[in-house]
Amino acid sequence: MTHAAGWFAIFLSAVFTNNILLTNYLGMCSFLAVSKEVKTATGLGLAVALVMTVTAPINWMVYHWLLVPLGLEYLRFLVFIVVIAAFVQVAEMAIERASERLYAALGIFLPLITVNCAILGVSLFMIIREYTFAAALAYGAGSGVGWALAILAMAGIRQERLSRARVPAGLDGAGIALVIAGIMALAFMGFSGMGRGL
Amino acid sequence: MLTAFLLGVAVMCAVAAVLTLLILVADATIGRYGTVDIVVNDGEPFAIEGGVSLLSALKERGLFVPSACGGRGSCGLCKLTVQGGGGSVLPTETAWLSRQEIAEGVRLACQIKVRQPLRVFVPEELFNVHRFETEVAAMRDLTHDIKEVVLRLLQPPAMHFRAGQYIQIEVPPYELTDEPVYRAYSISSPPSIEDRVELEIRLVPHGICTTYVHRRLKVGDRLNINGPYGDFTLRETNRDILFVAGGSGMAPIKSILYDMAERGVSRRTRYFFGARTAGDLFLMEEMKALERRLPDFRFIPALSAPEPGTWDGETGLVTEVMSRQVKSVANTEAYLCGSPGLIDACIVILKRMGMPEDLIYYDKFA
Repeated sequence: MTHAAGWFAIFLSAVFTNNILLTNYLGMCSFLAVSKEVKTATGLGLAVALVMTVTAPINWMVYHWLLVPLGLEYLRFLVFIVVIAAFVQVAEMAIERASERLYAALGIFLPLITVNCAILGVSLFMIIREYTFAAALAYGAGSGVGWALAILAMAGIRQERLSRARVPAGLDGAGIALVIAGIMALAFMGFSGMGRGL
Repeated sequence: MLTAFLLGVAVMCAVAAVLTLLILVADATIGRYGTVDIVVNDGEPFAIEGGVSLLSALKERGLFVPSACGGRGSCGLCKLTVQGGGGSVLPTETAWLSRQEIAEGVRLACQIKVRQPLRVFVPEELFNVHRFETEVAAMRDLTHDIKEVVLRLLQPPAMHFRAGQYIQIEVPPYELTDEPVYRAYSISSPPSIEDRVELEIRLVPHGICTTYVHRRLKVGDRLNINGPYGDFTLRETNRDILFVAGGSGMAPIKSILYDMAERGVSRRTRYFFGARTAGDLFLMEEMKALERRLPDFRFIPALSAPEPGTWDGETGLVTEVMSRQVKSVANTEAYLCGSPGLIDACIVILKRMGMPEDLIYYDKFA
C-alpha cells in the first residue's frame, strides 16, 4: 500500500468505522445541545472539523519536537489543551476580522468547543496510535468530518422527524437523543467490515 | 528527579507564555478595530474604541440600555433598532426577536460588536436613565424572606420616574460573583418622593443580588443603581382596574396605588394578593389605609395554605379567588405582577372571562 492510500484509509476510517463521536462517544455535550436544528448543527460541525484538522498537526509538532526530546511526554494532556484553547481564541478573532458572514455561521460556535473532549481525544489518540505527521493530519481531518457528519445526521433526525413525532414526556429532549445516538452508532458499525478491505 | 520536575514546570510555563504572547499579538493586530463613530438618534456622532459590544459602548457614554443578564444574551432586554453597521442578525439573537422585529432592524445591543460606523435608535425615555450613587437609609423585614430597602439618592440627588417602573442594582464583586452584576427591582415608593427609592426584595436561594442584599447590605452602605426603566405603568383611561400580585410583586403596585391616592384617581380598583400563609402577608395596615384614602379600592389577600384557625379571609390560589369574586371584566384593565407561573395562569383565566389581551399588562419576575 502506498503512503497516500494509507493516509486515505486513515481518513476514511476516522469518518466512518472509527467515528470519534459514535464509537468513542466523545464530544457528546455539544452534540446533544446543538443538534436541534440543521443550520446551527452545520455551523458547529464545521467549527469542530476546522479545529480538529488544524490542532492535530500542531499538537503533533509540539509533542514530537518539544515534549519527546525533553522526555516530558506526561505533560501532553496539559500542553494539548492549552494549545487547543489558544488556537481557538486566535481563530475566533481571525474569522471575526475576515468575514462577518463566516463569523455568524461558524465563529460564534468556536468558544463552545474550546474544551470539547473530542478535540483533545483526537490529539491523544494520534499519539497512542503512533501516527506520522501526515497520518495525524489525515486522522484529524477525518475525525472532524466524521463528527460533523454525525451531528448533521442527528440534527436532520431531530428537526425533520422528532419534531413531528409524539415522544413520551419522560424521554423528550436529551433522553430520546441519546437513544438515537445509540442506534446511529449501531448503523455506523456496519462500516467496520469495509475497514479491513482497505 | 528534581530536575525532571523543574524542567516540566519550566516547559509548561514557557508554552503558556508563548501562547499568551501569540494571543496578545493577535489581539493588538487582528483584534484592533480603531476608533468607530456611533450616531444615536441622528445626533452628533461620537467616537469610541471599536471591538467592544454596543451595550458597553453606550454605557460608556452614559446611556444605560436595560439588561438583566449583564450582556450574555440570555435576557433579551437590551433591544435597540440599528439602522446601519450592525451586520447580520446572529444565531444568539434570533430566539429573542420576532420576525417583525428582525425586519425592522431590532437587535440585541449586547451581541453587536462595534467594528464599523453604527447608526442606532435609542428610545427617548432611556435618556432619562442615569447611574445613581445611593446610601442605604433603612432596611426592615416585611416577611421571613422579603426585605424592604430604602435607598437615599446622593448623586444625582433626584430620580424622575413613573409609578410601576424599575431600577437595576449594581452588585459589586463578592463571594458569589467575580464581576459586577445587574439585577432589576421594581420601585415600591411613589414618584412624588424624588430623593429616595424604596424596594422590596425577596431572598432567592443562591441568588447573587438577593443574597447580597439580605446577607451583606447594612444601613449606611453605599450602593449604585441605574434606572428608571419599564412601561408597567397605569394607563390613563377611565376603565376599572384589576391588580393581581404575589410575593414581592407587591412593589410596583404599591407605588401605583400611592400615586393614585396622591393624584386623586377615583377609578374602581380591586387588588388580589396571593400568599401561602398569614406569615407571608405584609403591608396589611398600609393597604387598609389606602382603602380609606381611595374612594373605590378593595384589597383582597388570598392564602393558599393558611394554618388552621389563623385566617378568616379568602382561601385558595389567588387565581381561584379572583375568578370567584370578579363577576365581570367589562370595561376593566388588568395589571399583573409576580412569578411567570402566576402571570400565565392569570392571563388564561382573564382571557376566558372575556378580557381582551391588549388590556392585560404584566411585569414578570423571571
